[in-house]
Amino acid sequence: MKRVLLSGNEAIARGAYEAGVRFAAAYPGTPSTEVLENIAAYKEIDAHWAINEKVALEEGIGASFAGARGLVAMKHVGLNVAADPLMTFSYTGVNGGVVIVVADDPGMHSSQNEQDSRQYARFAKVPLLEPADSQEAKDFVKIALEISEEYDTPVILRSSTRISHAQSLVALAEREEVSLRPYEKSTKRVMMPAFARPRHVKVEERLGLLGRYAEKAPVNRIEWRDRKTGVICAGICYQNVREALPDASVLKLGMCYPLPVQLIRDFAAGVDRLYVVEELDPFLEEQIKAAGIDICGKEIFPTVGEIHPNLIAEKITGRPLTAPLIAADPETPVPARPPVLCPGCPHRSVFYTLKREKMVVSGDIGCYTLGALSPLEAIDTCICMGASISAGLGFEKGNPEMRGKVVSVIGDSTFFHSGMTGLADVVYNGGSTLTVILDNRTTAMTGHQDNPGTGRTLKGEYTAAIEIAPLCRALGVKRVREVDPYDLKTLREAIREEAKAGEPSVIVSRRACVLLDKSDKGYYEINGEKCTACKACMVLGCPAITAGESGMTIDPSLCAGCGVCVQVCKFNAIKKAGGEDEK
Amino acid sequence: MKNNTSILMGGVGGQGIVLASRLLAHVIQAHNHELKISEIHGMAQRGGSVITYVRFGREVFSPLIEPGQADYILAAEKLEAWRWLPYLRRGGTMVCSTQEIKPVPVITGKQEYPKTIMEKMQALAEEGTIGRLYAVNALEIAEKCGQPKAATVALIGVLARSLPFPCESYLAALKAIVPTRHLAANEKTFLAGYNYFTE
Ligand SMILES: Cc1ncc(C[n+]2csc(CCOP(=O)(O)OP(=O)(O)O)c2C)c(N)n1
Repeated sequence: MKRVLLSGNEAIARGAYEAGVRFAAAYPGTPSTEVLENIAAYKEIDAHWAINEKVALEEGIGASFAGARGLVAMKHVGLNVAADPLMTFSYTGVNGGVVIVVADDPGMHSSQNEQDSRQYARFAKVPLLEPADSQEAKDFVKIALEISEEYDTPVILRSSTRISHAQSLVALAEREEVSLRPYEKSTKRVMMPAFARPRHVKVEERLGLLGRYAEKAPVNRIEWRDRKTGVICAGICYQNVREALPDASVLKLGMCYPLPVQLIRDFAAGVDRLYVVEELDPFLEEQIKAAGIDICGKEIFPTVGEIHPNLIAEKITGRPLTAPLIAADPETPVPARPPVLCPGCPHRSVFYTLKREKMVVSGDIGCYTLGALSPLEAIDTCICMGASISAGLGFEKGNPEMRGKVVSVIGDSTFFHSGMTGLADVVYNGGSTLTVILDNRTTAMTGHQDNPGTGRTLKGEYTAAIEIAPLCRALGVKRVREVDPYDLKTLREAIREEAKAGEPSVIVSRRACVLLDKSDKGYYEINGEKCTACKACMVLGCPAITAGESGMTIDPSLCAGCGVCVQVCKFNAIKKAGGEDEK
Repeated sequence: MKNNTSILMGGVGGQGIVLASRLLAHVIQAHNHELKISEIHGMAQRGGSVITYVRFGREVFSPLIEPGQADYILAAEKLEAWRWLPYLRRGGTMVCSTQEIKPVPVITGKQEYPKTIMEKMQALAEEGTIGRLYAVNALEIAEKCGQPKAATVALIGVLARSLPFPCESYLAALKAIVPTRHLAANEKTFLAGYNYFTE
């Protein structure tokens, strides 16, 4: 059969389609985002962006209770947000099967931490599957849904950056229509103490049954090769182990919780030296050791970052597979190419202003987190989505002298995700922090997904748009204004006034992401005669402006024509190409 | 016995590295190899380093390429060629553009753009550390062919000479992937690269 090249995320989407999934929800987050973006193409699946991961999972729970097969997707930290429903969904069990896709990010390619989501499986006492390539990513969705329905439990499908964003060949199948299961009212879904107690007993029994299933599950398999070395591994580590130690025997786990303890014992008995290779926490290792099996893992492998083939070969055989072609040359260090706010990014002027006003900036997560980097260096904190506003309130409560000096900065998508509650708390508890909502009309960081403010759904359909300014007023903020961040003077005045208002205030900095704004605003040039090379414009950190020996230059291919630099120049040395000198 | 080939492609966001990997994937698939591609979508949309690993052959396990492992490197920018050079295996092939795109630490004057990249790579090529070095002004080639955005396609053309697939496979891949209105310019750019070192 002809196979097609799919990323892990495309394959998961295809798996949902083939397995008869009827409902899917997610909040975007690298590296999980493309799961829903690809599911959106299947008209058989009712799929949407939820406002956050907790809401997404709760919708999935409802769809399951109503009898449908469902899929919910998120990045690893998203599962923290969805942890509350997860813990109790484990008790209620399902009606239609549910698979919860969680994408971890060992190495933190694009995340604020590298937590190991496998711990949630043990915490919630639900099974966890882990695919090792795109074919398995697709197939495991179906297996997860079958386990879900058979054992009356949600199932976690754990991916990682190297699975989600790697492409490999996949054999496709047709969609299998799975009919809705009938809905019947049951106290099994009403988790109050009296009804929850018997459910907890069921959860413990289920874990035992799943452990027995794991022993025979086809997703767990022993590959006997040379018996001197045996390695237990799953997911991307399986591929890296095969690459590093092609002759070693391997116990490949497709199901990482609960573990097939007897199978592991048999494997251990068949090899001379037993290793476990797993990224991040010693999740498998601790359980294997607790079963009294001697195994080597984190004594030689790190709990931090990814584990690549060279490291595996080096730690187990004593020599890496390959070595760098040339040693790093200390005389010519390679300049990093860090991500930056784009030329014309509407967030730039806000950070420029906050820096000049010497504000303490309680930050949040999105493209705008780049405002923490040189030369803007305007952001003081970044913790988790939504933390800006609540931590900002904490600043002034913890140290009253900081009242009026703290500003919370949050993107539009992040505000909807988990900023609204913090803002309500500022009002409720007599805070006075200024909140700047960077409304660039999209969820830019993760690749421009729609959100409740954009008026469009995942499937590209028009829908009601929630307006941020009236929403803030409804939450009780009396001082709310909208500002165009390209207008530096008005922005500065607004920030100055609102920061010392002594009551909750909101500035909505509203201007579409420059990558979405297709209008041609021309570009700007430096007038070499007027430019004194004072470098005031360099403070903006715009990649289009370069300092040369004889003054500044603007790269016309990069300039987006936002005109913010014009307002920063005291010498009137920047003008529109082909236009008159401005102001 | 080595049973696969590793190609590392590096550039700057917006240079078409992802398109290049799709083209190669199309060609490789047409010849029925096992294939894995790994992309790192960095933090931001623009301006950061972009890196893609393409591995193909009879059997491919890890989608990763590690230092000293790449049989080929295609670099769409000179500094990126230098950055990823340690990933080339001894005797491997480097195809790189002479184009310079300054990263922000250089723009802001915090760091210098290394001046002697080409000289150093040439010296490494002379002593055989780099097996073959093809440095081309890909941007100029693409501009001459009427599509400056297709510079990376010119590099694919240069690389194609060293890979075990016929020219027609690449032209078929272009036809399948590039929008019709840009196809002619892309084909011309590819062939200009393909013939660059043979004319
Ligand atoms: C709980 C959680 N979910 C998802 C993410 C991934 N993520 C980081 S920022 C972001 C959205 C940013 O959008 P917005 O607030 O509109 O800012 P923009 O990037 O558009 O400037 C997302 C989805 C995350 N870090 N944490």
